[in-house]
Amino acid sequence: MTMSDDARANMEWAEWFQGNYRLMTDEEKALARARLERRYSREYGKAVSVDGTPAQEGVLMGYALNIKKCIGCRRCAKACVEENNQSRGKDQEIEWIRVLKMEKGEFSQEKMNQGYPEGLGIQVGGNAYSPAGVVLEGEHYYQPEAVPEKDSAYMPIACMQCEKPPCVKVCPVRTTYREADGPVVIDYNWCIGCRMCMSACPYWARRFNWSDPKLPKEAMNPVTHYLGNRPRMKGVVEKCTFCIQRTRKGRYPACVEVCPTGARKFGNLLDPNSEVSRIIARKNVFRLKAELNTFPKFFYFMD
Amino acid sequence: MDKLKRFAIDYVTYVVKGSPAFYAWVAFLGLLILGLLYGTYLHTADGLRYTGLTDQVHDGLYLANFVFLVGIAAGAVTIVFPAYVYHHKGLHAVAVLGEMLAISAVLMCILFIVSHMGRPDRLWHMLPVIGIYNLPNSMLAWDTLVLIGYLFLNLIGGFYFLYKKYTGQPLNNKFYMPLIYVSIVWALSIHTVTAFLLNTMPSRPMWHHSMMPIRFILTAFAAGPSLIVLIFLIVRARTRLWIDNSAINQLATIITYCLGLSLFLSLSEVVTELYANTEHALGLQYLMFGMHGFNDLVPWFWGSLAASLGAFVILLTPGLRRDYRWLPIACSLAFAGIWVEKGMGLLVPGFIPTPIGEFSQYFPTTLEIVVTLGNWALGFLILTILLKGAIGILLGDIAYATSMQDRVTASDTGVSPTPELT
Repeated sequence: MTMSDDARANMEWAEWFQGNYRLMTDEEKALARARLERRYSREYGKAVSVDGTPAQEGVLMGYALNIKKCIGCRRCAKACVEENNQSRGKDQEIEWIRVLKMEKGEFSQEKMNQGYPEGLGIQVGGNAYSPAGVVLEGEHYYQPEAVPEKDSAYMPIACMQCEKPPCVKVCPVRTTYREADGPVVIDYNWCIGCRMCMSACPYWARRFNWSDPKLPKEAMNPVTHYLGNRPRMKGVVEKCTFCIQRTRKGRYPACVEVCPTGARKFGNLLDPNSEVSRIIARKNVFRLKAELNTFPKFFYFMD
Repeated sequence: MDKLKRFAIDYVTYVVKGSPAFYAWVAFLGLLILGLLYGTYLHTADGLRYTGLTDQVHDGLYLANFVFLVGIAAGAVTIVFPAYVYHHKGLHAVAVLGEMLAISAVLMCILFIVSHMGRPDRLWHMLPVIGIYNLPNSMLAWDTLVLIGYLFLNLIGGFYFLYKKYTGQPLNNKFYMPLIYVSIVWALSIHTVTAFLLNTMPSRPMWHHSMMPIRFILTAFAAGPSLIVLIFLIVRARTRLWIDNSAINQLATIITYCLGLSLFLSLSEVVTELYANTEHALGLQYLMFGMHGFNDLVPWFWGSLAASLGAFVILLTPGLRRDYRWLPIACSLAFAGIWVEKGMGLLVPGFIPTPIGEFSQYFPTTLEIVVTLGNWALGFLILTILLKGAIGILLGDIAYATSMQDRVTASDTGVSPTPELT
């Protein structure tokens, strides 16, 4: 309360002048984080910490999701919003996880003659015009009374943390980059808001802050990481970071922790005994849009 | 140095003086620019939430106009190329006007990019040395590079020519001609790189065509000269500068070829996509026929096609092409058709459906339209200033010799001369 508006403005000026986080010296990084801690603590009325734990040696984060077990409850999406300080509210809701609902289609006896030429028309096919569980008709705005809904399958998506991320390639200022332990992160203070990364992402995994995020003071999660869940500003892009603030401290991401069916698994891909490594070795595993050569570290599997 | 100072002073004095019609035009543009200032204030203070953009369709009117105007800038080369490579006399006399158009078009591109940016206050992050420039990876970085390069090439080339004309000295061709040749190739590069900006992303199948760069060049070489023909006809009617019929006819021929070829490429694209009709054709299908009840873009697509076809038919008829009552109609149609094709016909449907198959609609808000009009107005103000000065020099109204004379007379009589203006 003793801080005047001038002091606040000064701190934001210093923030504005700071360089790209990756290129800062350790002292500069510490200064930048301390500056943010002061500002966030004042803005949200609680002690906010901005962590800077770097990537750990010998760790490559990977994720696996059992699509047979997902029931579409979307607790993961909600937990993610709360953990990662996303914007809420009707007019500016940001969710990093989207759970796609897919109708189970079927081939039916009645349609046997559909698509056959009448007179001298063109033959286009038979039963083929109702989709049978395809990703690209994905519906993610559903309000069921109970889950899972009958005849529905679910496919949660979020950032795939590609090994060869198209978003990183197109960024004109290198504000988004792949960390050594796997996650693709954004230096929110360096982002110029051009949205090229959003165009380039084949998984629709990035969100833009069209105005200042609506983050209620009381709901703000004060345990943050500079590259992860710290509050964002208007005009920048944000995305899932595998809960970098948790996972670099040996915890699970919030979505893994909250999943009621245990469909979500997380671990170190370099450790052959980790849960994800075992799944990749033993289960039927696939990655989304493999033809694009993005090599996601997000694996879908089924029992 | 004194000459350079006189050049600047004479140029500005000539440009600011004009007829009531000139002032009315400037005031009209000023009014639109006020809208731009207001919109920019809102964008800066509150972010981009006043736009119709969403996480689904996150690039809209601003980026569409940017893409189109890069084409206009590149299209200016349709004057310079015949003038200097084929020594076309009519165009050679007015080639500098093309360079002036290129300068203002590139400046408009920059204005639109600034409006499009979420954080334009951080643009310095792109500057070499103090920021980071993601070369050679980022197409946007390349695009910025070629655009700024083109701006400087035209500024240097154009004003060098005007300055030499002003002082009555001959051009140093060893300096000037390489500049011209480089700028011709560079003009091709700016729209090519802009096409690369979009078509290098397999995440957006509608754009992922190797045909896009050549189609961009062809539409640019139709829309650019269309605007130039319109400007030339206005210049002929409103100033003492006579632009030869041969120049206008040459441009009309270029528009005819390029428009025809671009229509052919559109047809190829439609056939390629719709015959196989894979999931990747959804964007084009949405654009042409609408899908899932969303059909906002359908009239734009067919309207644009009708305009381009109409223009092509007029231009293809020799009698109509050489008739200067029909030619402006064809040029306006081509210009409008390509503007829609680049915006509503290319940029927006590229985002629909999203990579996960979601359909949504985009329509610009009033504020977006106000800002867009303001950016165009500011661009046209720059164009007016540049063209008026250039025409003054071509006519000999601004010249170092008369300026010196006038200075003597002015100090004698105390009356400053007012050159006759439009």
